[in-house]
Amino acid sequence: MISVSDLTVRFGGVTPLDRMTVNFERGTCGLIGPNGAGKTTFFNVLSGFVRPVEGTVHAFDEDLLKMTHYRRARWGVRRTFQTEQAIEELSVYDNVAMIHEHSKMTGGSRREDVLGAIEFVKLDIDPYAKVGSLGAAQRRLVEVARAVVGKPRLVLLDEPAAGLPDEETALLGDVIRAIPEHMGALVILVDHDMSLVSHCCEVTAVLDFGKLLASGPTEEVLRDERVIRAYLGTEEIAA
Amino acid sequence: MKTEASAPAAETAATSQGSALAAARAGRRLEPRSMVRPAVIAALLACVLLFVPSIFSLYYVDAWTQVAIYSIVTLGLGLLVGRVGMVSLGQGAVLAMGAWVSARLLFATGLPFPLVLLAGGLITMVLGTLVGLPALRMSGLYLALITLMLAGAITVVLQNINFPNGGHGFTGYNASTVHIPPIRRPAIAASDPAFFRYSVVVAILMFLLVLVHLRGRPGRAWAAIRQSEAASLAGGINTTLFKLWAFALASFITGIAGGLVAGSFRYLNSLTFSTADSITLLAVVLMGGAYSMTGAIVAAFLLKFLQALLNDWGVSPDWLTILFGIGVLQVLTTAPRGIVEQMPKDLARLGRLIRGLLGRPTTTRESAE
Repeated sequence: MISVSDLTVRFGGVTPLDRMTVNFERGTCGLIGPNGAGKTTFFNVLSGFVRPVEGTVHAFDEDLLKMTHYRRARWGVRRTFQTEQAIEELSVYDNVAMIHEHSKMTGGSRREDVLGAIEFVKLDIDPYAKVGSLGAAQRRLVEVARAVVGKPRLVLLDEPAAGLPDEETALLGDVIRAIPEHMGALVILVDHDMSLVSHCCEVTAVLDFGKLLASGPTEEVLRDERVIRAYLGTEEIAA
Repeated sequence: MKTEASAPAAETAATSQGSALAAARAGRRLEPRSMVRPAVIAALLACVLLFVPSIFSLYYVDAWTQVAIYSIVTLGLGLLVGRVGMVSLGQGAVLAMGAWVSARLLFATGLPFPLVLLAGGLITMVLGTLVGLPALRMSGLYLALITLMLAGAITVVLQNINFPNGGHGFTGYNASTVHIPPIRRPAIAASDPAFFRYSVVVAILMFLLVLVHLRGRPGRAWAAIRQSEAASLAGGINTTLFKLWAFALASFITGIAGGLVAGSFRYLNSLTFSTADSITLLAVVLMGGAYSMTGAIVAAFLLKFLQALLNDWGVSPDWLTILFGIGVLQVLTTAPRGIVEQMPKDLARLGRLIRGLLGRPTTTRESAE
């Protein structure tokens, strides 16, 4: 459960987040919106790269904004970036182990946890293969494995399926859907692929110009006229 | 094999991927890490230790000693540049500090040589980490410039207080001394060939120390920092700690190398080290290959063996500077991973070319056609 209230971010004259208020309860939650709506800025606030001028973020009853960025990761915030960030020089195992050894939320042995995460994302490869030798879809899966290893509490996925063909996106979707149940984390998924969002997320929030436009069950939200207008850019005509 | 995304297929997927992962779980690798490579390296090193002193003249034995010592320095710089992505132009000055501290300890105390090396390494580690402090705020060109300026400042200080020569006081420098005692060497390595072997053994230990770091937690954290600082912060890595750790490790081994320099030269003065050394060091590290440990050895060979060779042939050492300039340009434009990775590719290409000229079409050409 994470509750965001009145979250405001300003870069000079630009206000990418404007008194955003939203709750994400459990499971996999979608966060969608047109380009520039503030989705990535919101993730940057959660992971500590951007300091908001106003507002609060409470995650599982703790004030997230008070923690420095690398401590948030130890507390249990994980994220992926729009551009894939798996480390080429390291093996798949080392990529995942690296996140595990900097997290305080560990349960079993490192080996078990790391191999478990690789298995969870259905990566059917030698864990000691270098990431530099993998294809785009496999690298994305390595990133997801990094995001779920070692009992995270909050997993932020920023366009994890960008650039993947439909078939591989569907496989990735199955993995993302299974995160809350298997890993016990709250997942927030940002993506422009509506079929992925409706496949993975029971609830979805829509951002537009830094404000919450709509939120609720994904099917209803995607049918909402205001949401359709925001995506098609015909809001003025309707008003 | 392809598996369907539907729920019943998930079980078959789980069993099929069992192959690679189950092996890993059982602690086996599908392709077990070959023992051939370490064995070849060990055999090569044994040959070097045994035969180099008897094959080469004393002049070249000394050149090889310098290669061994400077491979530690280039290893440290390669660690900073290649593994963490921090360009330091101050490592020459860190080496000078290591030599100064060790020389002073060797004159002032009766400590055994290995202990002096260790103490020199530790003190240099503290000083060198200070040189690395700007890396927490800066990167790229700015870090390079500020470390270069620090190197310049350190060189000026060392020129003014000069290197210890057995005099009294903190600096141990006595300008009026007529008979200057040489810097002490370890009892087991008093002669040049013995000191060569001693240096190689110390270098091997330093390479192993770095290898342990690279294979473990720091190595993974450094790889993450090099790729993306934001992503490593998001992954919970304390980037400040690990950047300083890299500088500390590089400075420690460079300090140890400084102690060996003191022991091998036996007389040090302010002309032994110059600020330009730091720049040349970076040039050879880039040429050798900053991303591999073998690259460090190639870099030290370029730096010290070529120098000795040109000296022997009576060619002006200025040619070496020109050569390095061209070499760095060449490497940066065509072989960014250095000679160690480019050479095998080029040799393979040359081999194909020669076979092609001899009129015997190779398998690769056939498959390409």
